[in-house]
Amino acid sequence: MSLINNILKMLSKNNFSSEKREIIKREFEIIKTLDEQINDNFEKQFNNNIYQYADLLALQNFFPKDENSYSGLQTLDELLERDSKREKDGFMRRIRLGKYIKEGNGNKSKVVVVPSTTEPKFYHDDSISEEDEDTTGGSGEGEEGEVIGQQQAEPEEGEGQGAGQGQGAEHDIGSEAFDLGKIISEKFQLPNLKDKGKKKSFTKYTYDLTDKNRGFGQVLDKKSTLKKVIQTNILLGRISQAKEFNPEELIVSPKDEIYRILSKEKAFEAQAVVFFLRDYSGSMQGKPTEAISTQHLLIYSWLMFQYKNNVETRFILHDTDAKEVPDFHTYFTLQIAGGTEVAPAFKLVNEIVEKENLEVDYNIYVFYGTDGDDWDNEGEKLIPELEKMLKYVSRIGITISKNSWSKGKTTVVEKYLEKTGLLESKADLIRIDSFDADSHTEEQLIESIKKLIS
Amino acid sequence: MEECKIRARDQGLRFDDETLEYIVTNRNMIELSPKGMIPTLYDYWVNDVEVLKGQGKYKLYPNNPYETVINSRPAISFYNDNNPDWLNIMIFYHVLGHIDFFQNNFLFKQTWNDDFVGQALADKRLIENLRSEHGRWLDYIIEFSRAINNLVGYFGDLLRNNLPEKFEKRDKINFYFENFLQDELKKDNLFIFNEINIFNNYLKNDEILGETLFLSDVKNKFPEFNLFYEKNKNVEEKSSADILEFIRDNSPFLNKDKNNWMKSVLNIIRNTSLYFAPQIRTKTINEGWASYWHDNLFRKDERIKGHEVAYAKINSQVTSISRIGLNPYAIGLRLFEYIGNLADKGKMNFDFQKINNIEQRDLYDKNTSTGKDTIFNVRRNFSDFTFLNTFIDQDFVDEYNLFVVGKRVNPQKRIYEYYIKSRKAEDYKDMIINSLYHPPIINVDIEKTKEGNLYLTHKFEYKQLIKEFIADTLIGIEYLWGNQVQLETTEIYRKTKSADKETKEYEYRKVLYTVKDKKVSKQNL
Repeated sequence: MSLINNILKMLSKNNFSSEKREIIKREFEIIKTLDEQINDNFEKQFNNNIYQYADLLALQNFFPKDENSYSGLQTLDELLERDSKREKDGFMRRIRLGKYIKEGNGNKSKVVVVPSTTEPKFYHDDSISEEDEDTTGGSGEGEEGEVIGQQQAEPEEGEGQGAGQGQGAEHDIGSEAFDLGKIISEKFQLPNLKDKGKKKSFTKYTYDLTDKNRGFGQVLDKKSTLKKVIQTNILLGRISQAKEFNPEELIVSPKDEIYRILSKEKAFEAQAVVFFLRDYSGSMQGKPTEAISTQHLLIYSWLMFQYKNNVETRFILHDTDAKEVPDFHTYFTLQIAGGTEVAPAFKLVNEIVEKENLEVDYNIYVFYGTDGDDWDNEGEKLIPELEKMLKYVSRIGITISKNSWSKGKTTVVEKYLEKTGLLESKADLIRIDSFDADSHTEEQLIESIKKLIS
Repeated sequence: MEECKIRARDQGLRFDDETLEYIVTNRNMIELSPKGMIPTLYDYWVNDVEVLKGQGKYKLYPNNPYETVINSRPAISFYNDNNPDWLNIMIFYHVLGHIDFFQNNFLFKQTWNDDFVGQALADKRLIENLRSEHGRWLDYIIEFSRAINNLVGYFGDLLRNNLPEKFEKRDKINFYFENFLQDELKKDNLFIFNEINIFNNYLKNDEILGETLFLSDVKNKFPEFNLFYEKNKNVEEKSSADILEFIRDNSPFLNKDKNNWMKSVLNIIRNTSLYFAPQIRTKTINEGWASYWHDNLFRKDERIKGHEVAYAKINSQVTSISRIGLNPYAIGLRLFEYIGNLADKGKMNFDFQKINNIEQRDLYDKNTSTGKDTIFNVRRNFSDFTFLNTFIDQDFVDEYNLFVVGKRVNPQKRIYEYYIKSRKAEDYKDMIINSLYHPPIINVDIEKTKEGNLYLTHKFEYKQLIKEFIADTLIGIEYLWGNQVQLETTEIYRKTKSADKETKEYEYRKVLYTVKDKKVSKQNL
């Protein structure tokens, strides 16, 4: 329980304002309840459902082997169009995107993004009842009370959007992430993209009137055509060096007309590196994490689609310390840890940028997600880091996914950022958006992304 | 395959001559499984999307898409194109077990004359037509009807249509004793017994006119009785309808001429749901029955030669009792075998039940050999609930070494432990019955329902409804009803931390949800 010790250490430091104490206490409470949640989550996972058995599975081991089958019948675009019409008709949207499911056997699993939905009905809720523990059947030897099996206790978030699935397994992103990116790519473009360290794109082309063609084409190249006409007339002897000539008498062959023609060219693209930062402290448990992870997933999917090789992504998680994680999946799935200090994360970005000299060759973007709590409630440590960052960065996008207790209030992070005046003076470089985590919708998340990168 | 049918019939199984067998590929499966293997089921976009099942958390979707046999006329069954021949034979025996069950078990009576696949095709075409006319609004009607399709009154229908002919309904008399005297007048038992005595005397004196005379006597005593009875009769007739039926017949919105087409959609959704209802309620007994017969018939079939080991392996995978977990094949099969043995030894009588001595119980054998008749009787008249509730007893639990597995968290080691919680038959029975499909009971409250307000009441069975779905479901019902809808239900709250952290205390709060113009509000009652 190094976590709690860590927090206790923080608490033992005096000179804390009451507000700060309040935040730390809350975080502490949340972490204390984690054990209880382990128990609850486990009950939910427990499976004694006889209806999972079916003949085709049991007798023939036969089920659709293609894990993308669900989305095989209607395209994503059709489904999404239908969904947007729902809103017009005054009903809730039903299709949810960006859900990660895990399939496959053994510990080799795959993570894919699929459209998913629920069919709301009146169902019994088995998660709350008088019975204190869930039970199932069993058979064989053993006395009453004897332990016959055990399982590692990990708090899990259960099925749904966002973080919390598939620990410890190998992942790769399915092509659906590109689909997802495609859908949202129309809506965004990276802001303030500067020409830095251009490299030839393998995937993007531009179409330009660069090629010349005789006889036909889109635009007449007058200069070249005139040259050609003169050449022809020289050959024909109608123009000679000594004599004056009348341009009206020159013969123009159809072949002398030179046109510019549209052609495909490999484009040059600007390079960018995007840092994703996420607060994974105790207070982020549940909905706030779900919102942030989903939003970052959307941004990530879009980047993968739109910029492919030209965007590098880096992932950083923080509680009271910050650490870089190797890939999006770890970033996406890693579980809640301890207390909250924002500064270390930004400091780590600054260090990485400096060490790897990224500033020279890359446009740098930073997306940060938090619930708005910071134990450093004046931002004393964060502001200097932020100012340093603003010197090189193309855009910082901060998302605040508010917890229920800060609903309608200004969070600590918002407050001290407001105080610095950076939000106005550097409005082009830093954007902030906040919403209530409990009620976030996909549309809201996309709207919020627009605000961050507009 | 025809030979299999002959062998099965020799053993007493009864089923239609015609059956259809299809070899299916993986590609077919992708298309069939979202439709519950029924190729002609209506198209609906939800079938094209992955549906979040919330597995374990809530038991939302008890009907499994991977069934082998379709209960239709003729019955249809599916076989993987990679199966070896001997396996197909064994599966076919299993299939015949299911077909026999579908065509003889009483819960399926409503489906006995149905060519469901054909009916579904007609429905599918109708829905296609309506879709081309009304576009996405058709899909909304499907969606909102499906939102309440788990509340269809399957048992009500079964009772209404299958009341034994000689079962005479003494409506008025029953109402007088049960409702009027007890609920309305709140008379004490003495008064009621006296009345029963008077009634019996009337009957004794005059068997034919006794009832009428008694009722006129009642009329003198309680002049308001008849009026009260008439009023309640109407309520009762209406309230025996399930929500879908009630909305179909009474919704001011659906009764508008331009919306009349929606009623046929409601009907299709309701009938489809009713079709699946008996299957969900006979999972264990049906799989047990089919497993019993595939094993009995295939082992005697000479085509097993050379495949005995492979068969043994598959059969044990399917029917072995798990160390931890519930397998309907295994429990159902064991229970049929157990019942057969009991009956063979004549143990199915009170004399045997009175014996407490274990040794005597073991040795008891009247050699009645009625096992086979008995299991056929069980397959005809029992559902999962009655099957498990009637026959699971301590002898059964002991014979197969069954127990209830509990699990608890071990905070020191940070692990969960599975442990043997109980070997008592009653605990085992409770556990298995609790795992059965049981949708909430929600009915229309006729008295509180007016044209402008549909009032639904949820009968609380110590489980609350899943809260996150309530609002969306109500909005759908409001659309179908065309006006305000209210739902009375009970919610469970964990009491604020008591001093002792171990005990969780709950309180129940009655709440009323109201949906009006797609806005849902909640108030405490």
